[in-house]
Amino acid sequence: MIQLLAFYLFAALTIASGLFVITAKNPVHSVLWLILAFFNAAGLMVLVGAEFIAMLLVIVYVGAVAVLFLFVVMMLNIDFAALRAGFIKNFPLGILLALVLLAEITIGLGAFSAGGVQIGTADGSAAIPADMSNVEAIGHLLYGKYLFLVEAAGVLLLVSLIGAVVLTLRKRSGVRPQVIPRQNARRPQDATVNVKPEVGKGVSL
Amino acid sequence: MDWMQSLRLVAPEIFLSVSGLILLLGAAWGQSRKDARAINWLAVLVLIGAAAMTLPTLLGQVSGADALAFDSLFSADAFAAFAKVLIFLACAASLALAPAFFERHGGYRGEFPVLVIFAAIGMAMMVSSTNLLTLYVGLELNSLAAYVLAAFLKADERSAEAGLKYFVLGALASGFLLFGMSLTYGFTGTIAYSGIAAATEAGLSTGALFGLTFMFAGLAFKVSAVPFHMWTPDVYEGAPTPVTTLFASAPKVAALALFARVAVEAFGSQSVAWQQIVLAAAIASIVFGALAAIWQTNIKRLLAYSSINNVGFILLGLAAASVEGVSAMLVYLAIYVPMTIGGFVAVLMLRDEGGKQLEAISDLAGLSRTRPLLALGLGSVMFSMAGIPFFFGFWGKFVVFQAAVQSGLLIWATIAAVSSVIGAFYYLKVVKVMYFDEPAGKVTGRSDMAHEWLLTISALFISPLGWLFTKGLGALAAIAAGVLFAAT
Repeated sequence: MIQLLAFYLFAALTIASGLFVITAKNPVHSVLWLILAFFNAAGLMVLVGAEFIAMLLVIVYVGAVAVLFLFVVMMLNIDFAALRAGFIKNFPLGILLALVLLAEITIGLGAFSAGGVQIGTADGSAAIPADMSNVEAIGHLLYGKYLFLVEAAGVLLLVSLIGAVVLTLRKRSGVRPQVIPRQNARRPQDATVNVKPEVGKGVSL
Repeated sequence: MDWMQSLRLVAPEIFLSVSGLILLLGAAWGQSRKDARAINWLAVLVLIGAAAMTLPTLLGQVSGADALAFDSLFSADAFAAFAKVLIFLACAASLALAPAFFERHGGYRGEFPVLVIFAAIGMAMMVSSTNLLTLYVGLELNSLAAYVLAAFLKADERSAEAGLKYFVLGALASGFLLFGMSLTYGFTGTIAYSGIAAATEAGLSTGALFGLTFMFAGLAFKVSAVPFHMWTPDVYEGAPTPVTTLFASAPKVAALALFARVAVEAFGSQSVAWQQIVLAAAIASIVFGALAAIWQTNIKRLLAYSSINNVGFILLGLAAASVEGVSAMLVYLAIYVPMTIGGFVAVLMLRDEGGKQLEAISDLAGLSRTRPLLALGLGSVMFSMAGIPFFFGFWGKFVVFQAAVQSGLLIWATIAAVSSVIGAFYYLKVVKVMYFDEPAGKVTGRSDMAHEWLLTISALFISPLGWLFTKGLGALAAIAAGVLFAAT
């Protein structure tokens, strides 16, 4: 019973916040609604027992992607009102696209229930053992069987990092970087002079 | 899974990674030109060391379960070892060219050799893959490093353009490959080559056939076979010449060996299905490479089309779908690598008084009178590429034709032979310009010692003297190809 309630709560909130994402006037609000949608989707994932995907949704989508969106929206100052001006004009096209998508979903479901496609069956080596949560099982696979590839992916990330630095780092002349040892080594008597200017004359520098 | 055994099998890769990391630290602190030079030569030594570490695997004919590391994710067998030795040596040769070139164009940094080392690790993973995941990670490791290398001369517009073009088209090819891989996984239920082979033994379902086609299209992009060759001339022309040398040699070996491995180990029982694809790409590459090169006036573009042409011949060996075919392909690769390196070294040595690179074929006029040795070196590269008998390049073409004819591809082998005669026209045109035209007197710059040595070595290898190696090379290639087929 409580699962059912939770499911309807999360599902309704997901759909509602999805609607608000596209109707909100302020783009920053859209992103915030999107974050709410992600959280509710994560809740749905927990309900079906996929807690790893729920964590991914929160960490990757909310933590990284949505925050990135927020930064882009705030920094680029896009005029969304102008973008939305063509809404009525493009409405028939939008409806057409929606119909195509609907037809595709219907055909896909029909094909699925007819059992027409013969796909391969997993060999079972990646099945979750009964006594493990799926996070634990994924951890065992990643850091056991596939450790070699995890390490190789680490090297891959390192290469992209080196590449980004190599392609963007430029040595510019005329910059005045902060040199902390020099700042610390400077004593008051080097930096200040005590002068006593005569009356009617300025300080000569 | 025995960890010690696994680690022992990937020892060359681990050696390369650790050395790469240490050299990266060196590059971070040693910013001067002299430091970059030192890192470069250390990297050359590291790559030669890795090749030496791989050699015993090839000579020991390691195969089957003895070669599998990390729960069958990686296979360090004799076939992979053959390709790896070629890859590491080609990378070392390209690195040896780099400092003298960048000295004149500026912008040399210690990160260059480090990236080449990481690219070499990626290529080694590609040829050792027994699993779609290893394939993809290795391929991306190689490609990402290659995109950066192509754009390494930031100040040069053409280099930046080459990097961007390569990146966009390479990403597209990766997309093709991934799409094919996911279809293959969906319809066979496994990512291991052995599992795919078992699942497709009874026949390919339509979905798996789609997967196979998309995977081969992605791989054809990487080896620049027609019709997926469009990026090659532009990238080869724009990238700094030492980088082009690398692109034309090591990654080609890796991608072609990978091609053979996927075709034989994963889809070996369905060779009828992929034979047509490979054959079509091979013939199209041979014909197009030969015809399109005729109108080129830039020698780097000419060599790019010639590499498309050569890839066609190598794929023809694979299309034979037999042990002899794969062995012929490996022999051809072993000859192709020094041949193409020699060609690009000669291009690097074409400089005017001020050290500017000359790339137009007309600048070569009368080279035999002003620089007889350089003309001789470039001439023997051209003769060898054209497959003129008694140059070593002829033997590569010969074994490929032999394998193709044995597999009943007589008509296609004939077309390839006719095209190679057409191709000979533009190779010989270069020789004619060098030996019979009035001297243009443009090539006057001094050569660097490293370049002279490399050109001498590769010219000697592809000259008729190379025939001394035929027996040894043939035997090694036969071992490697035999191991590949024994695994299925």
